[in-house]
Amino acid sequence: MDNLPIKMRAHGVDFFYGQHHALKNINLDIAKNHVTAIIGPSGCGKSTFIRLLNRMNEMVPNTTLTGKIYLDCLDILSPCIDPAEVRRRVGMVFQKPNPFPKNIFENISYGLEVNGIKNKQLIEDRVVESLKKSAIWDEVKDRLHDSALRLSGGQQQRLCIARCLAIQPEVLLFDEPCASLDPISTRKIEELILELKKDYTIAIVTHNMQQAARISDYTGFFLLGDLIEFDKTEKIFKAPHDSRTEDYITGRFG
Amino acid sequence: MNQNTIQKIGFGFLSFSVIATISFLFIIIFFIAARGIRVISWEFLTAGPRDGMTAGGVAPAIVGTFYLTLGAIIFALPLGIACAIYLCEYSPKGAVVNIIRLSINNLAGVPSVVFGLFGLAVFVKFFNFGASILSGSLSLGILVLPLIISATQEALLAIPHSIREASMALGATKWQTIKKIVLPAAVPGILTGTILSIGRVAGETAPILFTAAAFYLKGYPKSVFSEVMALPYHIYALMTEGVYPEKQTAIAYGCSFILLVLVLLVSGLAIFIRQRQRSYYHG
Ligand SMILES: Nc1ncnc2c1ncn2[C@@H]1O[C@H](COP(=O)(O)OP(=O)(O)OP(=O)(O)O)[C@@H](O)[C@H]1O
Ligand SMILES: [Mg+2]
Repeated sequence: MDNLPIKMRAHGVDFFYGQHHALKNINLDIAKNHVTAIIGPSGCGKSTFIRLLNRMNEMVPNTTLTGKIYLDCLDILSPCIDPAEVRRRVGMVFQKPNPFPKNIFENISYGLEVNGIKNKQLIEDRVVESLKKSAIWDEVKDRLHDSALRLSGGQQQRLCIARCLAIQPEVLLFDEPCASLDPISTRKIEELILELKKDYTIAIVTHNMQQAARISDYTGFFLLGDLIEFDKTEKIFKAPHDSRTEDYITGRFG
Repeated sequence: MNQNTIQKIGFGFLSFSVIATISFLFIIIFFIAARGIRVISWEFLTAGPRDGMTAGGVAPAIVGTFYLTLGAIIFALPLGIACAIYLCEYSPKGAVVNIIRLSINNLAGVPSVVFGLFGLAVFVKFFNFGASILSGSLSLGILVLPLIISATQEALLAIPHSIREASMALGATKWQTIKKIVLPAAVPGILTGTILSIGRVAGETAPILFTAAAFYLKGYPKSVFSEVMALPYHIYALMTEGVYPEKQTAIAYGCSFILLVLVLLVSGLAIFIRQRQRSYYHG
């Protein structure tokens, strides 16, 4: 990469579910304030990979991880690091919107409360600020005390993004955030991601080639646990190095 | 025979089973109500028995059942919920946990009179609590523990994994996640289970037979170490002892009616809560 500041770096990462070798010697750098897309056919290890970046996979029993993952200079896999601390700095938005069965306000304030913020005014300011940043404020400002489950899928997903932003992470991980959304909601989330990249470093898993091309600066192509190719998005889509990458993005398999 | 005929016979059999079951329920309710309602009066609900149990009311038995049920729930609810949380959320999956689960399920199948004997040996004799509200509540509490545990486990398992992940991904600890996300969402389910177990406790006779219940007491219990009268045992005593069977039988039906109404009210409450929970989860 062109000597950009690196926010996160995976170095020689291998990951196993039991005996199943899900990721094989992955080396991948995520550039600061850029969008990195992860593409590849179903089951190739995309989710597994980004869930390593905020240590979510260690909640799955019977897994093995070797290699190093850095956040800035911090070795996040080191035994003296609290996983909760990593997750505070590396936020995650999931494939299916998963708001808490609480009201809209509480959905956002929860992350602040569990991280020890008690100042009511500060909490309120942060809730409003993150709802605004997630482009959902206008739709919910009059119903902050309604159940979040009453929102539409697209609104729920933006609420989940707001929930993430409230604790002011440095990196945002998106695992197919638009997979269950209609084209209009998808468009809104894409615009939001482009807006957010000014302040955050973003990694996004997507099955949608146009989406990857539209919003990402770098793209990594995974196949059966291998990172086949990683380069500027332009390069991957215009002149891929590897024939398997070309086959995938032109829809010849996967 | 053609497939449609077979299907008709099949459905016919199924609907017959449903109708038969519902009929039993209504026949019981009607039978008890028809005989019980006659003796119900203000005095019956508020006074103690008179004239060698052939007249007066059953208030001490109502109060006793209330205390025993309350005591059992106070004992079994926190213990059962804690147990279920541990089994669902914390315990490593594996052989040991499966054995624990199996034992809990088996506990649910133990005949209730065995809890009575156990209570007699342990609470009445060994701990020397005597025949008392305390001994009776503890025996009843052990009886409903498995019910509360399995209701709580079900309620916890019904909470989607995705919201636990969402909470952990925000930097919450497992404990915070359980306390602030999982438990509040599970409360309606836990309550439903609890309320059903209240119905169960209120109606049990065998566990209190040797541990708490008295045939006749003057006045109301003074402390947790007092013996009490209780509705189910009162019914049993009226039907098996005394010298005026007709009068006593009428009172026994009155007691049954009260017990039935109490249990139906409590189950109605459970259904109401479950309904509200559904509507909450579906927006
Ligand atoms: N909890 C798990 N236990 C065991 N194996 C798993 C688990 N999660 C994923 N796997 C396996 O690891 C491999 C990679 O899965 P992963 O979910 O990372 O794929 P993916 O690229 O995200 O696929 P998709 O596009 O369908 O989401 C798959 O073969 C999958 O079966
Ligand atoms: Mg996936």
